[in-house]
Amino acid sequence: MRVLPMGRNAVLVDDLTVSPAVWAAAAVDRLGPQVIELVPAATTVLIVVDDPGRLDAVIDAARAVDPTRLAGGSELGPTFEIPVSYDGPDVADVAAATGLTADEVVDLHAAAVYRVEFCGFAPGFAYLSGLPAALHVSRRSTPRTRVPAGSVAIAAGYSAVYPTSSPGGWHLIGRTEMTMFDPSRSPPALLAPGMPVRFVPA
Amino acid sequence: MIEVVRSGLSTTVQDRGRPGLAAVGVPHSGAVDPQLAAQCNRIVGNPPDAAVLETAGGLQIRAVTAVTVASDLEPVARSLAAGQQLTVPVGGRQWHYLAVRGGIVVEPVLGSRSTDTLSGLGPPPLAEGDRVPVGDEPNDAPSGEVAPVRPSAAEARIGPGPRLDWFAESTLETLRRTPWTVTTTSRVGVRLGGVRLERVRLGELPSEGLVRGAIQVPPDGDPIMMLADHPTTGGYPVVAVVEIADVTIVAQTPVGGIVRFV
Repeated sequence: MRVLPMGRNAVLVDDLTVSPAVWAAAAVDRLGPQVIELVPAATTVLIVVDDPGRLDAVIDAARAVDPTRLAGGSELGPTFEIPVSYDGPDVADVAAATGLTADEVVDLHAAAVYRVEFCGFAPGFAYLSGLPAALHVSRRSTPRTRVPAGSVAIAAGYSAVYPTSSPGGWHLIGRTEMTMFDPSRSPPALLAPGMPVRFVPA
Repeated sequence: MIEVVRSGLSTTVQDRGRPGLAAVGVPHSGAVDPQLAAQCNRIVGNPPDAAVLETAGGLQIRAVTAVTVASDLEPVARSLAAGQQLTVPVGGRQWHYLAVRGGIVVEPVLGSRSTDTLSGLGPPPLAEGDRVPVGDEPNDAPSGEVAPVRPSAAEARIGPGPRLDWFAESTLETLRRTPWTVTTTSRVGVRLGGVRLERVRLGELPSEGLVRGAIQVPPDGDPIMMLADHPTTGGYPVVAVVEIADVTIVAQTPVGGIVRFV
Protein backbone atom coordinates (compact mmCIF):
# COMPACT_ATOMS: atom_id res chain seq x y z
CA MET A 1 0.00 0.00 0.00
CA ARG A 2 0.99 3.63 -0.50
CA VAL A 3 -0.06 6.53 1.70
CA LEU A 4 -0.56 9.71 -0.33
CA PRO A 5 -0.91 13.24 1.10
CA MET A 6 -4.31 14.94 1.26
CA GLY A 7 -3.75 17.97 3.49
CA ARG A 8 -2.80 18.01 7.14
CA ASN A 9 -5.76 16.02 8.42
CA ALA A 10 -6.24 13.38 5.73
CA VAL A 11 -4.42 10.79 3.62
CA LEU A 12 -5.32 8.71 0.61
CA VAL A 13 -4.39 5.03 0.84
CA ASP A 14 -3.60 3.57 -2.60
CA ASP A 15 -2.19 0.38 -4.14
CA LEU A 16 -4.11 -1.94 -1.87
CA THR A 17 -3.93 -5.68 -2.43
CA VAL A 18 -7.61 -6.13 -1.62
CA SER A 19 -10.80 -4.26 -2.48
CA PRO A 20 -10.85 -0.87 -0.74
CA ALA A 21 -14.21 -1.73 0.83
CA VAL A 22 -12.72 -4.87 2.37
CA TRP A 23 -9.68 -2.95 3.58
CA ALA A 24 -11.88 -0.27 5.12
CA ALA A 25 -13.99 -2.90 6.89
CA ALA A 26 -10.81 -4.42 8.35
CA ALA A 27 -9.43 -0.97 9.25
CA VAL A 28 -12.41 0.64 10.91
CA ASP A 29 -11.85 -0.88 14.37
CA ARG A 30 -8.10 -0.37 14.26
CA LEU A 31 -7.71 3.25 13.25
CA GLY A 32 -9.28 4.80 16.33
CA PRO A 33 -12.07 7.26 17.16
CA GLN A 34 -10.13 10.24 15.76
CA VAL A 35 -11.08 9.09 12.26
CA ILE A 36 -14.09 11.12 11.17
CA GLU A 37 -14.35 9.87 7.59
CA LEU A 38 -13.30 6.54 6.08
CA VAL A 39 -14.20 6.65 2.39
CA PRO A 40 -13.41 3.70 0.15
CA ALA A 41 -13.55 4.40 -3.58
CA ALA A 42 -12.68 2.47 -6.73
CA THR A 43 -9.04 1.81 -5.83
CA THR A 44 -8.32 3.94 -2.75
CA VAL A 45 -9.46 4.70 0.77
CA LEU A 46 -9.60 8.27 2.08
CA ILE A 47 -8.95 8.66 5.80
CA VAL A 48 -9.85 11.97 7.48
CA VAL A 49 -9.00 12.71 11.14
CA ASP A 50 -10.41 15.35 13.45
CA ASP A 51 -7.04 16.63 14.65
CA PRO A 52 -3.94 16.97 12.42
CA GLY A 53 -1.81 16.02 15.45
CA ARG A 54 -3.28 12.51 15.31
CA LEU A 55 -2.63 11.87 11.63
CA ASP A 56 0.76 10.19 12.06
CA ALA A 57 -0.59 7.71 14.60
CA VAL A 58 -3.49 6.89 12.28
CA ILE A 59 -1.11 6.34 9.36
CA ASP A 60 0.93 3.91 11.49
CA ALA A 61 -2.26 2.06 12.39
CA ALA A 62 -3.31 2.00 8.73
CA ARG A 63 -0.03 0.40 7.70
CA ALA A 64 -0.62 -2.36 10.26
CA VAL A 65 -4.12 -3.24 9.02
CA ASP A 66 -4.37 -6.85 7.90
CA PRO A 67 -7.34 -7.33 5.62
CA THR A 68 -6.66 -11.00 4.94
CA ARG A 69 -8.80 -12.03 7.88
CA LEU A 70 -11.77 -10.61 6.00
CA ALA A 71 -10.88 -12.20 2.67
CA GLY A 72 -13.35 -15.01 3.34
CA GLY A 73 -16.18 -12.52 3.29
CA SER A 74 -18.25 -13.89 6.17
CA GLU A 75 -17.26 -11.03 8.46
CA LEU A 76 -18.70 -8.50 6.07
CA GLY A 77 -22.17 -9.22 7.32
CA PRO A 78 -25.29 -10.95 6.04
CA THR A 79 -26.24 -10.68 2.36
CA PHE A 80 -28.62 -7.83 1.71
CA GLU A 81 -31.44 -8.82 -0.65
CA ILE A 82 -33.03 -6.37 -3.04
CA PRO A 83 -36.32 -7.41 -4.67
CA VAL A 84 -36.36 -6.44 -8.36
CA SER A 85 -38.85 -6.41 -11.21
CA TYR A 86 -36.66 -7.07 -14.23
CA ASP A 87 -38.68 -4.94 -16.63
CA GLY A 88 -36.21 -2.17 -17.31
CA PRO A 89 -36.23 -0.30 -20.66
CA ASP A 90 -32.67 -1.32 -21.56
CA VAL A 91 -32.85 -5.13 -21.17
CA ALA A 92 -33.21 -5.58 -24.92
CA ASP A 93 -30.27 -3.24 -25.62
CA VAL A 94 -28.06 -5.10 -23.17
CA ALA A 95 -29.11 -8.41 -24.75
CA ALA A 96 -28.22 -7.11 -28.20
CA ALA A 97 -24.89 -5.69 -27.03
CA THR A 98 -23.86 -8.90 -25.27
CA GLY A 99 -25.29 -11.50 -27.64
CA LEU A 100 -27.47 -12.93 -24.87
CA THR A 101 -31.23 -13.32 -24.77
CA ALA A 102 -33.25 -11.03 -22.50
CA ASP A 103 -33.92 -13.96 -20.15
CA GLU A 104 -30.22 -14.76 -19.98
CA VAL A 105 -29.41 -11.13 -19.09
CA VAL A 106 -31.89 -11.26 -16.22
CA ASP A 107 -30.85 -14.73 -15.02
CA LEU A 108 -27.17 -13.83 -15.05
CA HIS A 109 -27.75 -10.58 -13.14
CA ALA A 110 -29.96 -12.25 -10.52
CA ALA A 111 -27.62 -15.19 -10.00
CA ALA A 112 -24.60 -13.12 -8.99
CA VAL A 113 -23.49 -12.18 -5.50
CA TYR A 114 -22.41 -8.54 -5.38
CA ARG A 115 -20.45 -6.45 -2.92
CA VAL A 116 -20.79 -2.73 -2.21
CA GLU A 117 -17.44 -1.30 -3.21
CA PHE A 118 -18.09 2.37 -2.58
CA CYS A 119 -20.72 5.10 -2.72
CA GLY A 120 -20.60 8.33 -4.68
CA PHE A 121 -22.41 10.37 -7.34
CA ALA A 122 -25.42 10.82 -5.03
CA PRO A 123 -26.30 9.95 -1.42
CA GLY A 124 -26.90 6.21 -1.21
CA PHE A 125 -25.68 5.44 -4.76
CA ALA A 126 -23.65 2.28 -4.20
CA TYR A 127 -21.29 0.83 -6.82
CA LEU A 128 -21.63 -2.96 -6.68
CA SER A 129 -18.85 -5.26 -7.89
CA GLY A 130 -19.54 -8.85 -8.90
CA LEU A 131 -21.37 -8.21 -12.15
CA PRO A 132 -20.79 -11.25 -14.40
CA ALA A 133 -18.24 -10.53 -17.14
CA ALA A 134 -20.78 -11.39 -19.84
CA LEU A 135 -22.79 -8.33 -18.72
CA HIS A 136 -19.97 -5.80 -18.84
CA VAL A 137 -21.22 -3.04 -21.12
CA SER A 138 -20.16 0.60 -21.42
CA ARG A 139 -22.37 3.43 -20.29
CA ARG A 140 -25.14 4.49 -22.66
CA SER A 141 -23.89 6.83 -25.36
CA THR A 142 -26.71 9.22 -24.46
CA PRO A 143 -27.50 9.50 -20.77
CA ARG A 144 -31.07 10.01 -19.65
CA THR A 145 -31.94 13.34 -18.07
CA ARG A 146 -34.16 11.52 -15.63
CA VAL A 147 -33.93 7.97 -14.32
CA PRO A 148 -36.80 6.72 -12.11
CA ALA A 149 -35.94 6.28 -8.43
CA GLY A 150 -35.26 2.64 -7.62
CA SER A 151 -33.94 1.81 -11.09
CA VAL A 152 -31.59 -1.16 -11.11
CA ALA A 153 -28.77 -0.50 -13.54
CA ILE A 154 -25.51 -1.82 -14.96
CA ALA A 155 -22.50 -0.16 -16.62
CA ALA A 156 -18.72 -0.27 -16.69
CA GLY A 157 -18.51 -3.53 -14.76
CA TYR A 158 -20.71 -2.37 -11.89
CA SER A 159 -24.35 -2.70 -10.93
CA ALA A 160 -26.24 -0.11 -8.91
CA VAL A 161 -29.65 1.09 -7.78
CA TYR A 162 -30.46 4.76 -8.37
CA PRO A 163 -31.68 5.97 -4.95
CA THR A 164 -33.56 8.97 -6.30
CA SER A 165 -34.69 10.22 -9.63
CA SER A 166 -31.61 11.79 -11.19
CA PRO A 167 -29.81 12.01 -14.52
CA GLY A 168 -28.20 8.68 -15.38
CA GLY A 169 -26.10 7.07 -18.06
CA TRP A 170 -26.31 3.43 -17.00
CA HIS A 171 -28.44 0.70 -18.60
CA LEU A 172 -31.72 0.23 -16.75
CA ILE A 173 -32.63 -3.43 -16.44
CA GLY A 174 -35.16 -3.36 -13.63
CA ARG A 175 -36.69 -1.55 -10.70
CA THR A 176 -37.04 -2.02 -6.96
CA GLU A 177 -39.65 -0.57 -4.62
CA MET A 178 -37.09 -0.45 -1.81
CA THR A 179 -36.15 3.04 -0.63
CA MET A 180 -32.37 2.87 -0.85
CA PHE A 181 -31.76 6.22 0.84
CA ASP A 182 -34.05 7.89 3.36
CA PRO A 183 -32.61 10.78 5.34
CA SER A 184 -35.18 10.31 8.10
CA ARG A 185 -34.01 6.73 8.68
CA SER A 186 -31.04 5.70 10.83
CA PRO A 187 -28.81 4.75 9.07
CA PRO A 188 -30.12 6.62 6.04
CA ALA A 189 -28.54 4.35 3.42
CA LEU A 190 -29.47 0.69 3.10
CA LEU A 191 -26.17 -0.12 1.38
CA ALA A 192 -22.77 0.66 2.83
CA PRO A 193 -19.28 -0.32 1.63
CA GLY A 194 -18.39 -3.97 2.18
CA MET A 195 -21.96 -5.33 2.28
CA PRO A 196 -22.73 -8.44 0.21
CA VAL A 197 -25.83 -7.94 -1.96
CA ARG A 198 -28.15 -10.10 -4.06
CA PHE A 199 -30.99 -9.18 -6.36
CA VAL A 200 -34.13 -11.29 -6.02
CA PRO A 201 -36.60 -11.35 -8.92
CA ALA A 202 -39.93 -10.18 -7.56
CA MET B 1 -39.86 34.59 12.60
CA ILE B 2 -38.44 36.40 9.59
CA GLU B 3 -39.68 36.68 6.04
CA VAL B 4 -37.59 36.77 2.89
CA VAL B 5 -38.40 39.92 0.92
CA ARG B 6 -35.69 39.34 -1.67
CA SER B 7 -33.63 36.17 -1.69
CA GLY B 8 -30.61 37.69 -3.40
CA LEU B 9 -27.82 35.50 -4.68
CA SER B 10 -27.54 31.94 -3.41
CA THR B 11 -29.12 32.35 0.00
CA THR B 12 -29.34 29.18 2.07
CA VAL B 13 -29.58 28.03 5.66
CA GLN B 14 -26.28 26.69 6.96
CA ASP B 15 -24.86 25.20 10.13
CA ARG B 16 -21.98 22.77 10.68
CA GLY B 17 -23.23 20.40 7.98
CA ARG B 18 -23.23 16.59 7.85
CA PRO B 19 -19.81 15.26 8.79
CA GLY B 20 -19.17 11.51 8.93
CA LEU B 21 -21.43 10.40 6.06
CA ALA B 22 -19.04 10.64 3.12
CA ALA B 23 -18.83 6.82 2.85
CA VAL B 24 -22.50 6.72 1.83
CA GLY B 25 -22.15 9.58 -0.62
CA VAL B 26 -23.45 12.45 1.54
CA PRO B 27 -21.48 15.70 1.11
CA HIS B 28 -20.25 17.42 4.28
CA SER B 29 -21.97 20.73 3.35
CA GLY B 30 -22.25 23.39 6.09
CA ALA B 31 -21.20 27.05 6.10
CA VAL B 32 -18.50 27.94 3.58
CA ASP B 33 -16.88 30.14 6.26
CA PRO B 34 -17.74 28.44 9.56
CA GLN B 35 -15.63 30.81 11.68
CA LEU B 36 -17.41 33.86 10.32
CA ALA B 37 -20.79 32.22 10.87
CA ALA B 38 -19.79 31.37 14.45
CA GLN B 39 -18.68 34.96 15.07
CA CYS B 40 -22.08 36.29 13.98
CA ASN B 41 -23.76 33.73 16.23
CA ARG B 42 -21.67 34.81 19.21
CA ILE B 43 -22.61 38.44 18.71
CA VAL B 44 -26.31 37.64 19.06
CA GLY B 45 -25.69 35.26 21.96
CA ASN B 46 -26.31 32.04 20.00
CA PRO B 47 -24.27 28.86 20.40
CA PRO B 48 -21.62 28.94 17.62
CA ASP B 49 -23.27 26.10 15.69
CA ALA B 50 -26.74 27.64 15.46
CA ALA B 51 -28.08 27.70 11.90
CA VAL B 52 -27.62 31.02 10.11
CA LEU B 53 -28.42 32.47 6.72
CA GLU B 54 -25.56 32.39 4.25
CA THR B 55 -25.80 34.62 1.22
CA ALA B 56 -23.70 35.84 -1.66
CA GLY B 57 -25.55 39.13 -1.19
CA GLY B 58 -28.72 40.94 -2.10
CA LEU B 59 -30.69 39.33 0.74
CA GLN B 60 -33.49 41.43 2.16
CA ILE B 61 -35.48 40.21 5.16
CA ARG B 62 -38.36 41.52 7.20
CA ALA B 63 -38.88 40.74 10.87
CA VAL B 64 -42.33 39.16 11.26
CA THR B 65 -41.86 39.18 15.02
CA ALA B 66 -39.19 41.27 16.78
CA VAL B 67 -35.77 39.66 16.34
CA THR B 68 -32.14 40.42 17.11
CA VAL B 69 -29.69 39.93 14.24
CA ALA B 70 -26.05 40.41 13.32
CA SER B 71 -24.33 40.15 9.98
CA ASP B 72 -20.63 40.04 9.14
CA LEU B 73 -20.96 43.41 7.39
CA GLU B 74 -22.06 45.21 10.53
CA PRO B 75 -20.99 43.00 13.42
CA VAL B 76 -23.13 44.42 16.20
CA ALA B 77 -26.36 43.00 17.56
CA ARG B 78 -29.29 44.85 15.98
CA SER B 79 -32.86 44.71 17.16
CA LEU B 80 -35.49 44.64 14.46
CA ALA B 81 -39.05 45.47 15.51
CA ALA B 82 -41.85 43.57 13.79
CA GLY B 83 -42.10 44.90 10.26
CA GLN B 84 -38.57 46.28 10.14
CA GLN B 85 -36.36 45.25 7.25
CA LEU B 86 -32.67 44.60 6.81
CA THR B 87 -30.53 44.12 3.71
CA VAL B 88 -27.28 42.21 3.31
CA PRO B 89 -25.82 43.72 0.13
CA VAL B 90 -23.40 42.21 -2.37
CA GLY B 91 -19.83 43.32 -1.93
CA GLY B 92 -16.60 42.72 -0.09
CA ARG B 93 -16.28 39.06 0.71
CA GLN B 94 -18.07 36.47 -1.41
CA TRP B 95 -20.17 34.89 1.37
CA HIS B 96 -22.03 36.84 4.04
CA TYR B 97 -23.73 35.59 7.17
CA LEU B 98 -26.82 36.73 8.99
CA ALA B 99 -27.31 35.28 12.43
CA VAL B 100 -30.65 35.61 14.20
CA ARG B 101 -30.85 35.33 17.98
CA GLY B 102 -32.46 31.95 18.69
CA GLY B 103 -31.06 30.43 15.51
CA ILE B 104 -32.82 29.43 12.31
CA VAL B 105 -34.89 26.40 13.25
CA VAL B 106 -36.08 24.81 10.01
CA GLU B 107 -36.48 21.04 10.16
CA PRO B 108 -33.05 19.29 10.23
CA VAL B 109 -32.22 16.57 7.73
CA LEU B 110 -29.64 13.98 8.81
CA GLY B 111 -28.92 16.09 11.89
CA SER B 112 -28.26 19.34 10.03
CA ARG B 113 -30.20 22.33 8.75
CA SER B 114 -27.69 22.96 5.98
CA THR B 115 -28.78 23.22 2.35
CA ASP B 116 -26.62 20.91 0.28
CA THR B 117 -26.70 22.40 -3.21
CA LEU B 118 -25.06 19.32 -4.76
CA SER B 119 -27.18 16.47 -3.42
CA GLY B 120 -30.30 18.50 -2.66
CA LEU B 121 -30.44 17.39 0.97
CA GLY B 122 -31.73 19.84 3.52
CA PRO B 123 -34.08 22.79 3.07
CA PRO B 124 -34.35 24.31 -0.41
CA PRO B 125 -32.53 27.59 -1.11
CA LEU B 126 -34.50 30.56 0.19
CA ALA B 127 -37.00 32.23 -2.09
CA GLU B 128 -39.04 35.40 -1.96
CA GLY B 129 -41.91 35.09 0.47
CA ASP B 130 -40.38 32.29 2.53
CA ARG B 131 -41.12 32.51 6.24
CA VAL B 132 -38.18 31.28 8.23
CA PRO B 133 -38.77 30.16 11.83
CA VAL B 134 -36.47 31.42 14.57
CA GLY B 135 -35.79 29.54 17.81
CA ASP B 136 -36.27 30.46 21.44
CA GLU B 137 -34.11 32.93 23.32
CA PRO B 138 -30.73 31.35 24.10
CA ASN B 139 -29.20 31.62 27.56
CA ASP B 140 -26.38 33.98 26.64
CA ALA B 141 -27.00 37.68 26.22
CA PRO B 142 -25.96 39.27 22.92
CA SER B 143 -22.28 40.11 23.04
CA GLY B 144 -21.55 43.74 23.79
CA GLU B 145 -18.18 43.69 22.07
CA VAL B 146 -17.83 44.23 18.39
CA ALA B 147 -16.09 41.23 16.85
CA PRO B 148 -13.12 42.36 14.78
CA VAL B 149 -13.45 41.81 11.08
CA ARG B 150 -10.66 39.36 10.34
CA PRO B 151 -8.21 40.82 7.87
CA SER B 152 -8.08 38.49 4.93
CA ALA B 153 -4.54 37.21 4.58
CA ALA B 154 -3.12 37.69 1.15
CA GLU B 155 -1.97 34.12 0.53
CA ALA B 156 -3.27 30.61 1.06
CA ARG B 157 -0.86 27.86 2.05
CA ILE B 158 -0.89 24.71 -0.07
CA GLY B 159 0.65 21.26 0.27
CA PRO B 160 1.13 18.46 -2.25
CA GLY B 161 -1.96 16.51 -3.31
CA PRO B 162 -2.17 12.75 -3.83
CA ARG B 163 -1.77 12.98 -7.62
CA LEU B 164 0.96 15.61 -7.85
CA ASP B 165 2.95 13.08 -9.86
CA TRP B 166 0.34 13.28 -12.63
CA PHE B 167 1.60 16.81 -13.31
CA ALA B 168 4.79 18.39 -14.61
CA GLU B 169 7.59 18.56 -12.07
CA SER B 170 7.46 22.28 -11.38
CA THR B 171 3.67 22.40 -10.87
CA LEU B 172 3.70 23.30 -7.15
CA GLU B 173 6.01 26.18 -8.02
CA THR B 174 3.66 27.22 -10.81
CA LEU B 175 0.76 27.16 -8.35
CA ARG B 176 2.72 29.39 -5.96
CA ARG B 177 4.08 31.75 -8.59
CA THR B 178 0.88 32.46 -10.49
CA PRO B 179 -1.64 35.14 -9.52
CA TRP B 180 -4.90 33.19 -9.93
CA THR B 181 -8.16 34.82 -10.87
CA VAL B 182 -11.41 33.46 -9.49
CA THR B 183 -13.44 32.71 -12.63
CA THR B 184 -16.47 30.96 -11.12
CA THR B 185 -17.48 30.29 -7.55
CA SER B 186 -20.22 28.31 -5.83
CA ARG B 187 -20.75 26.32 -2.65
CA VAL B 188 -19.35 23.31 -4.52
CA GLY B 189 -16.05 24.78 -5.65
CA VAL B 190 -13.97 27.74 -6.73
CA ARG B 191 -12.55 27.70 -10.23
CA LEU B 192 -9.30 29.51 -10.94
CA GLY B 193 -7.83 30.87 -14.15
CA GLY B 194 -4.25 31.84 -14.83
CA VAL B 195 -2.11 29.07 -16.22
CA ARG B 196 -3.19 25.72 -17.64
CA LEU B 197 -1.64 23.08 -15.40
CA GLU B 198 0.08 20.53 -17.58
CA ARG B 199 -0.43 16.81 -16.98
CA VAL B 200 2.33 14.32 -17.68
CA ARG B 201 0.10 11.34 -17.02
CA LEU B 202 -2.93 11.02 -19.24
CA GLY B 203 -5.86 8.66 -19.04
CA GLU B 204 -8.68 8.45 -16.54
CA LEU B 205 -8.33 8.35 -12.81
CA PRO B 206 -10.81 6.03 -11.05
CA SER B 207 -12.93 8.13 -8.69
CA GLU B 208 -11.41 8.71 -5.28
CA GLY B 209 -12.30 10.50 -2.06
CA LEU B 210 -12.05 14.30 -1.85
CA VAL B 211 -11.71 16.84 0.95
CA ARG B 212 -12.58 20.51 1.31
CA GLY B 213 -9.60 22.49 0.04
CA ALA B 214 -8.46 19.82 -2.44
CA ILE B 215 -7.49 21.35 -5.79
CA GLN B 216 -8.72 19.17 -8.68
CA VAL B 217 -7.57 19.70 -12.24
CA PRO B 218 -9.93 18.70 -15.06
CA PRO B 219 -8.55 18.02 -18.55
CA ASP B 220 -8.82 21.71 -19.50
CA GLY B 221 -6.13 22.52 -16.94
CA ASP B 222 -7.99 25.10 -14.82
CA PRO B 223 -7.72 24.27 -11.09
CA ILE B 224 -10.88 23.92 -9.01
CA MET B 225 -10.73 24.08 -5.20
CA MET B 226 -13.34 21.93 -3.43
CA LEU B 227 -15.71 23.67 -1.02
CA ALA B 228 -18.52 22.83 1.38
CA ASP B 229 -20.82 20.95 -1.03
CA HIS B 230 -18.03 19.16 -2.89
CA PRO B 231 -18.83 15.64 -4.14
CA THR B 232 -17.58 12.85 -1.91
CA THR B 233 -15.57 11.28 -4.73
CA GLY B 234 -14.20 12.57 -8.02
CA GLY B 235 -12.18 11.42 -10.99
CA TYR B 236 -10.01 14.47 -11.64
CA PRO B 237 -6.50 14.32 -10.15
CA VAL B 238 -5.90 16.41 -7.03
CA VAL B 239 -2.65 18.31 -7.50
CA ALA B 240 -2.52 20.15 -4.17
CA VAL B 241 -4.53 20.75 -1.00
CA VAL B 242 -5.11 24.15 0.57
CA GLU B 243 -4.33 24.38 4.30
CA ILE B 244 -7.59 23.99 6.25
CA ALA B 245 -7.38 27.39 7.92
CA ASP B 246 -6.73 29.09 4.57
CA VAL B 247 -9.59 27.59 2.53
CA THR B 248 -11.75 30.62 3.33
CA ILE B 249 -9.10 32.98 1.91
CA VAL B 250 -9.87 31.41 -1.47
CA ALA B 251 -13.59 30.83 -0.81
CA GLN B 252 -14.22 34.45 0.21
CA THR B 253 -12.52 35.94 -2.88
CA PRO B 254 -15.25 37.09 -5.27
CA VAL B 255 -15.27 36.40 -9.01
CA GLY B 256 -12.57 38.49 -10.65
CA GLY B 257 -10.51 38.65 -7.48
CA ILE B 258 -6.94 37.43 -7.22
CA VAL B 259 -5.79 34.47 -5.15
CA ARG B 260 -2.18 33.66 -4.39
CA PHE B 261 -0.77 30.43 -2.99
CA VAL B 262 2.33 29.91 -0.89
